[in-house]
Amino acid sequence: MKKVEFDIPVITNHPITPSIKEGAMAHVRPFVAKQGHQEALGFPGELVDDWHDKAIEKMRELLGKYRSLQVFMDSCVKCGACTDKCHYFLGTSDPKNMPVARQDLMRKVYRRYFTFAGKYFPKLVGAVDLTKEVLEDWYSYYHQCSECRRCSVYCPYGIDTAEVTMAGREILASVGVGQKYSNEIIGKVYKIGNNLGLPEKALANTLEDLEEEVKDDIDVDVRFPLDVKGADVLLVTPSADFFAEPHVDGLIGYAKVFHQAGVSWTLSSHASEAANFGLFIGSQDNMQKVAMRVREAALELGVKRIIVGECGHAWRVAYSYWNTLIGPFDFLDPKYPVPQHICESTYDLIQQGALKFNKEENDDKIVTFHDSCNVSRASRMGNMPGGQFVIPREIIKAACNHFVDMREDTIKEGTFCCGGGGGLLTDDLVELRVKGASPRVQALHEVIEQHGVTHMAAICAICKSQFTKVLPYYDMQMDMIISVHQLVGDALELGVER
Amino acid sequence: MSFLSYLYAGLFYCAAMVMVVGVGRKVMVYTRIPAPLKIPTTPAPTTRFGVVGRMLREVVFFESLFKSSKWTWLFGWAFHFGLLLALIRHLRYFTEPVWSWVAFLQSAGIYGGYAMVFGLLGLWGRRFFVDRVRYISAPSDHLMLALILAIAGSGLLMKYVWHTDVVALKAFALGLLWFNWAPLPSDPILLIHLGLVICLMFVFPISKLLHVPGLFFSPTRNQVDDSREQRHAPTSV
Repeated sequence: MKKVEFDIPVITNHPITPSIKEGAMAHVRPFVAKQGHQEALGFPGELVDDWHDKAIEKMRELLGKYRSLQVFMDSCVKCGACTDKCHYFLGTSDPKNMPVARQDLMRKVYRRYFTFAGKYFPKLVGAVDLTKEVLEDWYSYYHQCSECRRCSVYCPYGIDTAEVTMAGREILASVGVGQKYSNEIIGKVYKIGNNLGLPEKALANTLEDLEEEVKDDIDVDVRFPLDVKGADVLLVTPSADFFAEPHVDGLIGYAKVFHQAGVSWTLSSHASEAANFGLFIGSQDNMQKVAMRVREAALELGVKRIIVGECGHAWRVAYSYWNTLIGPFDFLDPKYPVPQHICESTYDLIQQGALKFNKEENDDKIVTFHDSCNVSRASRMGNMPGGQFVIPREIIKAACNHFVDMREDTIKEGTFCCGGGGGLLTDDLVELRVKGASPRVQALHEVIEQHGVTHMAAICAICKSQFTKVLPYYDMQMDMIISVHQLVGDALELGVER
Repeated sequence: MSFLSYLYAGLFYCAAMVMVVGVGRKVMVYTRIPAPLKIPTTPAPTTRFGVVGRMLREVVFFESLFKSSKWTWLFGWAFHFGLLLALIRHLRYFTEPVWSWVAFLQSAGIYGGYAMVFGLLGLWGRRFFVDRVRYISAPSDHLMLALILAIAGSGLLMKYVWHTDVVALKAFALGLLWFNWAPLPSDPILLIHLGLVICLMFVFPISKLLHVPGLFFSPTRNQVDDSREQRHAPTSV
C-alpha cells in the first residue's frame, strides 16, 4: 500500500453509512486558477474588490437564467433522502458533503438576499450573509462534488446538486476564484485543441505509432486516420485515449471494429478532444465554445456521422446539449443518431452480424462493469430508456464469457461515481479522490470476494484514470480497470469473412 | 356577530389572498425562467405521455423517495395521504348539500388525521435521532412540523374531546365562501385550530411548502429524454 498522509477508508464486506464528522474535509481544496488561466476563459484574474456584490449579482443572473436553480433553491424540505447517497459523504463523513448540505451552502445565501423569510428572519430559516468564510466554504465544497447526479435520483423533487455546484463554481470563477485544473485544461483546448495539449504533429505521430504497434501485434493493417476529408465517420474521443493506459487499448478496440466492419472513419486534429470541461465549471458559454470545434471539424471534413468515444461527461454534453448548442445537424446522415456513442455503433454492428468474436481470448478475465455517472443519469444509448445500461453490458457479454454485475444499488441509475469526475481528477485532490472512491471500491470488493472478479470495465476516460490512480490505495491492482473496447478489440476476429 | 368572528373572517380572506397570490407569483416566476438545457435525470421517458406518467408516480406515490429511504417514505407518504383525506373530510364544511363522495369518505378522513400524526411524529423523530437529518434541520424545519402537528392534533381533539358546534362552524365557512357572513363558535380549541391553519396559509408562499409547485417545475423530472430527436431550442438571454 502507498504511503499517505490521510486515513484510507476501511473496506468492509457490507456497505455502511458513517456518522457525521464536522469539518473532516474542510482542509481540502483544489489549487486556485492563476490569472492567465482565468483570463483566457473570460473571467477576472483574481478575487475582485467588490466580490460580494458581484457574487450576489451573478447569483441573481443565474437564478433568472436556469429554472433548475430557482426551483431547486425553493423546493428542498430537508427530508434527508439524499444525505446518505453521495460517495463523498460516504467516504469522508463530512456533513457538508451531504447533497442537501452542499446545496444549503448556497441556499442559505439565497434565502438571505432573495427571500422574505431570510431577509427578516434569517436565524429562523438558517439564512446567512455572504462572507469571506462562506465563499471559502463554497470553494472547498463545490469542489468536493463530482456533479454525478446520484442524489438527484433519490430526491423526491428531483433536485440535482450538480446544478447547484455548477452555479457555485460559475459564481466563484466570475469573481476571480476559478479552479486551476479545469480552467487550465479549457485554455489548452482553445490554444492547442485538446485537454492534454497534444499538438497536431505529435498526434499524427502517435497515431502512426499505434498503427505500427497493432501491425506488430496481430499483423493486420488497422488504420488510425487523421483529418481524412470525405470519411463517413468523425470519431471524437477523449485525448487520454491517444496514449494513457488503459484508455489507448480502447482506442485500438474502436479502430479494430471500424476496420473489421469496413467503416470509413477519421479523427480530427481540430476537434481532437471529446471532453468538455465547460460543463464542469458550469459555464454554458465555454461549453458551447468547446463544443463548436466538433461542428466545425465535421463540416470541414464533410463527414456523414459523428461518433463519440468512451467518455462519460463528453457523452452527456454530446447527447444532451450538442443539438441545442451546436446543432442542428441537418448536414449529417439522418439514418444515424447524432451524435452516436461508440457503444451504440459497435452494438449495431454486432446485431448486424458484422463482428465475430473469439470470446476465449478474454477467458483469463472475470469482468464487471462500472456504469459511469454521466452516461447513466444524464444521457441515453439506443432508443429505449435505460439503453445506456443494456448496450455496454451486451457488448461485454458478446466479447467475454465471464461477466457479473456489482450490487444492484451501486450500478445503473444508482451507480457510484469513480470519485474523480466533474473536474476533480487532479493531484491536489488526491485525498478526496481516494475517499470518494470507497463506495465503488466496496461494491467491487464484494464481487471480487464472491465471484473472483478480476477486471472492471468502464466507458469513461476519467473513470479509467481515476481508478488507475486510486485502486492501489486499496491494495487492488491498477490494471484491473480496462476499457470496454479493449475487451472488444482483444476478442474481435479480424480478417475473417463478414 | 362578534369581533372575533370578524377577525377570523378577515384573517381567512387575507391568508387566502397571500397564499394564492404568493404561490401564483412563484409559479409565474418558474414559468418565465428558461430551462436552457436538457437535464432530465435518466433513464427518463422518451415521450410527453411518459413524462406525465413519471410525474404522476412522483406526485401520487413519491417514487424517488421510495427508492431512497423506506422509513422516510412511509412517514412522508402517510402524512401527505392522511392530509389529503383530512382535507376531503373538511369539504363538508364548504358544500351544501355535501357531495356524496365527500360524505362517503368522512370516516376515512378520521383515519387520515391519525395517519398525519403518525407520519409527522416519524418525520420529526428523524430530525432528532438521525444525526445527518439533525445536522440539516433549521429551526423553521422543526416549527413547520410543530405547526402542522398542532393543526392535526387540535382537529382530532375536537373530534374526540372538546366538541364544537359544527353546524354553526359550517354556517361560518359557507358564509366566508359566499360573502354571507355568520358567527364563528368561540370554543378555544377551534380558534386555535383555525388560527394555526391561517398561519400555515400565510407562510405557504415564503417557506419550503413551495415544494408543492416546485415539483411540477423540476426540469430533471418534467423533461422528455429526446434531445437527439427534437432540438431543444437555445434561449437567448
